[in-house]
Amino acid sequence: MSHAEHPPYLQHHFETAEQQFDAGKLGIWLFLATEILLFGGLFCAYAIYRANHPEIFVYAHHYLDKTLGGTNTVILLCSSLTMAWAVRASQLGQRKLLVLLLVLTLLGGAGFMGIKYVEYQQKWKHGLLPGAHFAPHDEGIEAAAPEKPIAPLAGGGADRTTIPPSAEGPAGTVPPASADLSLREGPTRRPSNVQIFFSIYFLMTGLHGIHVLVGMIAIGWILVRSLRGHFGPDYFTPVDFVGLYWHLVDLIWIFLFPLLYLIG
Amino acid sequence: MGTAEGTATGARVSPRLGDNYLTHTRGFASWALTLDHKRIGVMYLVAILTAFLLGGVAALLVRTELIARGPTIMGADAYNKMFTLHGAAMVFLFIIPGIPAALGNFVLPLMLGAKDVAFPRLNLMSFWLWVVGALFAIGAVVAGGVDTGWTFYTPYSTTTNTNVIATTFGAFILGFSSIFTGMNFIVTIHKLRPVGMTWFKMPLFLWSLYGTAMIQVLATPVLAITLLLLIAERALKVGIFDPALGGDPVLYQHFFWFYSHPAVYIMILPAMGIISEVISVHARKHIFGYRFIALSSIAIAVLGFLVWGHHMFVSGQSGMANAIFSVLTFSVAIPSAIKVFNWLATLYKGDIRLSTAMIYGLMFLVTFGIGGLTGLHLGALAVDVHLHDTYFVVAHFHYVMFGGTVVALLAGLHHWWPKMFGVMFDERLGRIAAALIFVGFNTTFFTQFVMGSHGMPRRYYDYVPQFDLYHQISTIGSYVMAAGFFLIAYYLILSLVRGKRAPMNPWGGNSLEWHTPSPPPHDNFSETPVAEDPYDYGKLVYDPAKGGFASRSYEGAGAS
Repeated sequence: MSHAEHPPYLQHHFETAEQQFDAGKLGIWLFLATEILLFGGLFCAYAIYRANHPEIFVYAHHYLDKTLGGTNTVILLCSSLTMAWAVRASQLGQRKLLVLLLVLTLLGGAGFMGIKYVEYQQKWKHGLLPGAHFAPHDEGIEAAAPEKPIAPLAGGGADRTTIPPSAEGPAGTVPPASADLSLREGPTRRPSNVQIFFSIYFLMTGLHGIHVLVGMIAIGWILVRSLRGHFGPDYFTPVDFVGLYWHLVDLIWIFLFPLLYLIG
Repeated sequence: MGTAEGTATGARVSPRLGDNYLTHTRGFASWALTLDHKRIGVMYLVAILTAFLLGGVAALLVRTELIARGPTIMGADAYNKMFTLHGAAMVFLFIIPGIPAALGNFVLPLMLGAKDVAFPRLNLMSFWLWVVGALFAIGAVVAGGVDTGWTFYTPYSTTTNTNVIATTFGAFILGFSSIFTGMNFIVTIHKLRPVGMTWFKMPLFLWSLYGTAMIQVLATPVLAITLLLLIAERALKVGIFDPALGGDPVLYQHFFWFYSHPAVYIMILPAMGIISEVISVHARKHIFGYRFIALSSIAIAVLGFLVWGHHMFVSGQSGMANAIFSVLTFSVAIPSAIKVFNWLATLYKGDIRLSTAMIYGLMFLVTFGIGGLTGLHLGALAVDVHLHDTYFVVAHFHYVMFGGTVVALLAGLHHWWPKMFGVMFDERLGRIAAALIFVGFNTTFFTQFVMGSHGMPRRYYDYVPQFDLYHQISTIGSYVMAAGFFLIAYYLILSLVRGKRAPMNPWGGNSLEWHTPSPPPHDNFSETPVAEDPYDYGKLVYDPAKGGFASRSYEGAGAS
């Protein structure tokens, strides 16, 4: 077995290209599993706080823009289609089509991030920020406010919190927050601790956004390589693996969108 | 595989050891940028032993402070920072990467007869991520230290004004180093096994590394997100864990232990793998109950994910959750005991050779046995209420982590030292050092069981006169142990300088790493080896001329 027979992409410790491809495939799936577990912690936090404080989530989700979120969902789904098609194009050796599809996928990612920027900016303007920075103010908030008044919470029912107010709770360390936060009176009175929703919203979409950026860098990298003609029916591993990563990023958003935007 | 590369560098061969992976290329870059799993393993070994020295010095300072009541050598704040340094350095820098990344990296591809791990670049990246993570963690110490303990519990960790962010970010990076090692090992074991090596013909060390790697890949990301949330909590005040902002500090404990309990199996599983190898080879007897040992590694890895709640028995968990976690905790004892009994059965009627490696193997059975059984005390709900956060927990943890993992690391280090560096160490000094460590360790920590059951709380800077004697004995024990480690360092370094040349197979092992020269050549094997039963020693006979074992069939072929 002489080295001359080895294709340039075959690393010396693998016997065959198939073995190398299979090893890489197993590796990327393991990596995707770690990504799901990374987000799993945040989904877990979401589940716990939503189960304990459903009224916060019902109240606060009205401040997210369903139109922008829905548009972003469509954009990401389309970019997943172009990515999957790009993998196929690289397998068939259609180089020009591959480049076109990768550019489209990259544009999809950029569009998503652009819309995300607009959404973040609105939240910032209205003071709808996580944790201690939560300081909502009224100017311009009507645009994002709920179309119909939210039912009063006093009557109890499914939306009532299952946790006693902190002042009555076992720890009892916290002064009742509703007094200083009750900016709105009447039927749309804000439940206490609304900032928890925005903490979770920013953490989940923020970490997801970072993953979109990393995915765009990876797509940029294979775009450069495909312009140089590196990929063809014999070797399309990086396109395949970046594609898998991009689908995962898409998939996480498919869960984030209804969980954050489409409550109640 | 006598490649052109090999002959080109052959001219620069060291006269002492010939061409091997150590002498194959020279210069700093040839090590720092190497893709060779053996060199990465050696670099990891140096790195983790440095971390062990750092953590060990911190431990000695903590013990010295506790030798007498009141301030002895440092103030209370310095003491808090010192035990945090000890815990964080030992856990994140030393014991989690310890066996898999140093010994595992070196041995795993050799045991598979492979040329390297599946992803050599990822392997190198894993090492450098370790270095970056360690620099963050140590930088935080230099810049004033951290005083939260290695668990970073909220809400203290979100309110203390010490360097929590830098330390946790270091641990975050170290987590990725660990994930990459785990991914590499899983893929390597799946895809690079040689012809003839089915899953149940693998050496047991590989089974344990496989179980370890599963935990590394599946648990570490949860630690990563937990530490990110903690950083976000401190930097941005997001309030997920902060009760003042509506958050839940116990959620942090759940997240933390969802990783950190499986992480103790990251620490102990590869240790168990080493013991399986060492006991079988040095008792010259086929391992007993191969399948049970192999599958118990997987059972421990799976059960390890289901027991994290036993750290929160007194944190306000529901009684039902406590009961379930308690039962699951007991169930981990089953696969652990299966292993111990199989090792004992392997020793039974074996031709036991009291080499240094074997002494550590036998020591493991004693100290890990005590550590494992005292775990049952802590898993029992009523008993745990009394023992929670006392020195009993500290003693249990050290019996498992030191008496288990570190002792096994020493067993493996002595077992594979001749293979790694091609030299023999002084067995007589090795046995003396092992005796010092055994005596010192038990003196240090057995007293802590007693103290703990009498109510001495862990992590306290000061104590009441009732505990004077125990603390004094414990501190003296730690000095004896330190003496043992300095002796080990002395004779191992001495062996590198003027140790006897090691034969190919000094102990008579039959797994594939003993079928290549010591130290192995750059490509591991001159020809792809054929796998056979790794625990069949029938064909190996001792050859006094070589000072090691050789295959009988090989000699027969030479004679005929």
